[in-house]
Amino acid sequence: MSLRILDKQAVVPLVEALMADYRVFGPRAKGPQFGFEPLDSPADLRLDYNISILSPKTALQPPQERMATIRLGEGAPAVEPVIEAQPTVLFGVHTCDLYAIRLLDRAFTADFPDAHYLERRRQTLVVSLECLQPCDEHSFCKSMGTWTADGGYDLHMTDIGDAYIVHVGTEAGEALLREYARPATDAEVRRLNEVLSAKWPRFPQRLEFDAAELPALLATAYNHPIWAELGERCLSCGSCTNVCPTCYCFNVLDTVSLTLDEASRIRRWDSCQLDEFARVTSGENFREARAARQRHRMLRKGKYLRERFNAPGCVGCGRCIRACLVHINIVETFNTIHKSA
Amino acid sequence: MSTTSIYAPEMARLADVRPLTELEKLFVIELPQGRSLGHQPGQFVMLSIPGVGEAPISISSSPSRSNGHFELCVRRMGDVTGVLHNMQAGDWVGIRGPFGHGFPIEQMRGRDMLFAPGGLGLAPLRSLINQVLDERSAFGRVIILYGAKRPAELLFRDELDAWAAREDVEFHLTVDRGDETWKGHVGVITTLFPAITVDPRNTIAVTCGPPIMYRFVLMELLGKGIPETNIYLSLERRMKCGMGKCGHCQINDLYCCREGPVFTYDQIKNVPEAL
Repeated sequence: MSLRILDKQAVVPLVEALMADYRVFGPRAKGPQFGFEPLDSPADLRLDYNISILSPKTALQPPQERMATIRLGEGAPAVEPVIEAQPTVLFGVHTCDLYAIRLLDRAFTADFPDAHYLERRRQTLVVSLECLQPCDEHSFCKSMGTWTADGGYDLHMTDIGDAYIVHVGTEAGEALLREYARPATDAEVRRLNEVLSAKWPRFPQRLEFDAAELPALLATAYNHPIWAELGERCLSCGSCTNVCPTCYCFNVLDTVSLTLDEASRIRRWDSCQLDEFARVTSGENFREARAARQRHRMLRKGKYLRERFNAPGCVGCGRCIRACLVHINIVETFNTIHKSA
Repeated sequence: MSTTSIYAPEMARLADVRPLTELEKLFVIELPQGRSLGHQPGQFVMLSIPGVGEAPISISSSPSRSNGHFELCVRRMGDVTGVLHNMQAGDWVGIRGPFGHGFPIEQMRGRDMLFAPGGLGLAPLRSLINQVLDERSAFGRVIILYGAKRPAELLFRDELDAWAAREDVEFHLTVDRGDETWKGHVGVITTLFPAITVDPRNTIAVTCGPPIMYRFVLMELLGKGIPETNIYLSLERRMKCGMGKCGHCQINDLYCCREGPVFTYDQIKNVPEAL
């Protein structure tokens, strides 16, 4: 596919045109930070953002969704599946989050395809944005191999000064650009290569070993003393899993209307860090200790998801580190384990 | 894309409700159009009551006796089972499934079968036991060691009597604590093991019970020389989807609902969260 040029002055008109046909999620100011949320106006878009508090996951797996309505009354209750999906553009997705979407795609496709997620995904176009600076001291995307894109987008934009050079990933992406872009010149393609070459040294390597070693390393660390230490500090608040772009665990809840004529099946984000997550009704809790729950999270990110879906289970965005009230740090945890191995 | 949802239950009718003990009832469920559930012994369904909730329940009936019905043996324990216990024949419940890996019966034919259910652990094992008994000539010895806390907690009393009466079933029963009417064996389930001898090379052992029971029953089974690959366990976990997505049932990197709930001891012996 081709490389196109989108002048920076053309971004607002393009997004305005997209908003006529799509729900457009993008980075926008949220207090002193940024959210990745539906835009009310093209002027809300802040492509200069570092990182959003919640990831674009909220567009694909909303914090809560209805999955079925069940009409109650005489005779058999009538079950009506509900798929909440609408045409959506995710505009300005950073590459860590792009890799996270790939993981979610695999998780919701595996074994039992999940129509709720997949239909939303089918109606979603991804316009990603190459990061030229690390977000802050907590990002470790370079260590996780997610600091630059390798596909998974409809359009991918890189800032080359006055314009974005746009790699067209799909025909649907091409159609999005409409008349707002023109073919890139040879000089602009050379400029892209210069920009990408210049970015490498700016990104620090935070993990002190190759991330590909994580599954084997963690396999030896099951009884490492660090888990007890994390368990002592952890408040079991679930902030880390809420902000994680690859956490997709959920609860399924049934509710009933006050008039008792309609029941709903709801899916809501859940967290393996909460006390009741692995508790069965008889009272047995299979992951009762906070240390065991933190270990489970770290192993899921570094080992289980990677092995199951052949993709990084942690994309190095650093959100869990920023959100943690007691400064539990996944990079430091992995490094500590590596040092003692 | 279709608008079918893997989370939307199918509504099914309670054809019959039979009390078994103070806490357990047997729910006979009829799918629409008399369709059979098409399950294997050891699989489970997600049972729901609209507006109340959903819970994973092991299937207690044998596929060989499906006849357009399947059976769930359910203890009154939480929200869903509490409401279910107040329901009657003709009421509607939601069903999803069957889910999970059951017992590989094709690998069990021709072998001696040793069943060791404890308490409510008989509920999933009854499906396999009755399948084996319905194909009795395809198996070698059938040994059943069943333990419950008290005589009043014994499930399926009629069937226990029938198993005890059969000459081709070696049936041993125990209770942890007897009562004034109890004339049988008293002691935990492991106290039944010394009395039986098995051919370890040709025996498949199947056990299910409360978590605390596994460690001791496994010691007995391994002590008899039964290979780890021939010892089957059915594990219980919290489940919200049944399809390896929601994360609740994860046992380290295994999903109990997908890779299980039936595992061989060999599969889980090095999985620290399993037992």
